[in-house]
Amino acid sequence: MTERHWNRRAGTLLFLVLAILVLAGITAAGIFLEEEAAVTDFSRTNLAPGAEFWFGTDWMGRDMFARTIAGLSLSIRIGLLTAAVSAAAALVLGTMAATLGRRADSAISWCIDLVMGIPHILLVMLISIACGRGFAGVVAGVSLSHWPSLARVIRGEVLQLKNAPYILVEEKLGVSKLQVACRHMLPHLFPQFLTGLILLFPHAILHEASVTFLGFGLSSEQPAIGVILSESMQYLTTGRWWLALFPGLSLVLVVVLFALLGERARYLLDPASAHE
Amino acid sequence: MRHRLLFTAKKLLRMGLLLLGVSIVTFLLMSASPLDPLQTNVGQAALGTMSQEQVERLEAYWGMDTPPLERYAGWLTDLLCGDMGTSLLYRQPVTSVIWQRLSSSLLLLLSAWVISGVLGLLLGVAAGVWRGRWPDKLIRGWCLLLSSSPAFWLAILLLLVFSVWLGWLPAGLSVPIGMESSLVTAGDRLRHAILPAVTLSITGVSNIALHTREKMVDVLESDYILFARARGESMGSIVWRHGLRGISLPAITLQFGSVSEIIGGSVLVEQVFSYPGLGQAAVTAGLGSDLPLLMGITLITSAIVFGGNLAADLLYGAVDPKIRRRAAK
Repeated sequence: MTERHWNRRAGTLLFLVLAILVLAGITAAGIFLEEEAAVTDFSRTNLAPGAEFWFGTDWMGRDMFARTIAGLSLSIRIGLLTAAVSAAAALVLGTMAATLGRRADSAISWCIDLVMGIPHILLVMLISIACGRGFAGVVAGVSLSHWPSLARVIRGEVLQLKNAPYILVEEKLGVSKLQVACRHMLPHLFPQFLTGLILLFPHAILHEASVTFLGFGLSSEQPAIGVILSESMQYLTTGRWWLALFPGLSLVLVVVLFALLGERARYLLDPASAHE
Repeated sequence: MRHRLLFTAKKLLRMGLLLLGVSIVTFLLMSASPLDPLQTNVGQAALGTMSQEQVERLEAYWGMDTPPLERYAGWLTDLLCGDMGTSLLYRQPVTSVIWQRLSSSLLLLLSAWVISGVLGLLLGVAAGVWRGRWPDKLIRGWCLLLSSSPAFWLAILLLLVFSVWLGWLPAGLSVPIGMESSLVTAGDRLRHAILPAVTLSITGVSNIALHTREKMVDVLESDYILFARARGESMGSIVWRHGLRGISLPAITLQFGSVSEIIGGSVLVEQVFSYPGLGQAAVTAGLGSDLPLLMGITLITSAIVFGGNLAADLLYGAVDPKIRRRAAK
């Protein structure tokens, strides 16, 4: 590729492809490493990080690298599921608020205020308790608490679109509502929705880890990052820093990757910021 | 003046309705839970050895024999008389548990709220002024990293560095272990609060800084700033006289909107530092299915969050003459 073709768009695309490959790689590797992550070997307990065990081993001789990757994979999968569910809820509720009249609008806006009024962690905790904790609890908790901000954005967009001159003209010309929605509304909303969806991942992943850390999430047999970090708390004062440092750091890197992915996707999808 | 009172009254009514909604949602979620409070708190083994009468007495204590609707109605009528019930785990009135916990959390919450607000504003303004140059890149990178780190992991890292390796600060609790409460000085309490407060403050900074930067960039691109520069005003005076005024409304929104995030963060941070605050009580109540206490805590924290929103709404009018005049019409 010559110098002239290497513009920002190409660079952004390359970054997107690489980031998605890395994340997909971690997810796949984690699924394969899940069994190895549970292997205990009391001949190699509490080893500091080295050439053989990159992230060290814990008090049961489990390989921390395998556990971390398996945990990240679990986090990413839960993040994908919960972000998709809450983005879908946001899309439906946001559009309903904007199109079904004033009653529906005020009811849905009231619900948005309600959900945003309870501190996030508390709400996820409560929903998780209602579902009996565990996997179902985390997934329900995170997906049911993250839709309000995106729903608000979509509501605003649809309200604005409804009164846009070109939409009004189409309606006057007798084009059916469905056609207007498919031909004009969707193409306009899609980029907003997609970036909103991608930017939900970081929140979803962090809240999953936090709630699991507090003991309301995944059970302690699963190699989740929250479980690893909450176990590491007991060994901090004895100097086993690697139990907490590397798993947390890898989680941060995955979340950063998702956040950058969302930011770059917006550059590509939003015509207004494409030429900044 | 009359319209302002009317505005406040309307907002307060809405707030009351939202709080009622919060209590209903909390109650429904807790009573939908399949977790058996006797199993979690007493244990299967102990339950097996008990007689039928003992088990029934325990069930009555945890309120399992009353239908949910009756329980909620009873709770609500008591609440209107100022009684939030008795905590099942602490065996004290919920109001006194919350009051005690909140007073030790308040130091953390307030200092974190103020520090993160001021620091976030300064960093955001700096990044906006030098946008595209190295201070901007540095601040944005730092904020990205911070907002991607779970609060509890940051807490663990700070704990590891400052109390385990360097040994400068105590590792947890709010007072030294094994000391009589009359001997504990304000200095001791302060030393124990430093690490949790610092963790909470730095987790709150990134959101405020990034949004402030965005607004600052918008303001600096406006025509009146161009005109001010054409007149020969220095950058410092432009930021001080035009920039800060331009971003004051979003800054108020951000500052009061961060209340919920800081309370949420305090749940995690207090858990790591074993700091006996409201957040830790929430986790204990949640794990032990202590319904009255959890409902009390959810209600109080939501009231604080809604109160923050109300304060922001009232401040808009005080800061922005346009809003004030429009309201007066």
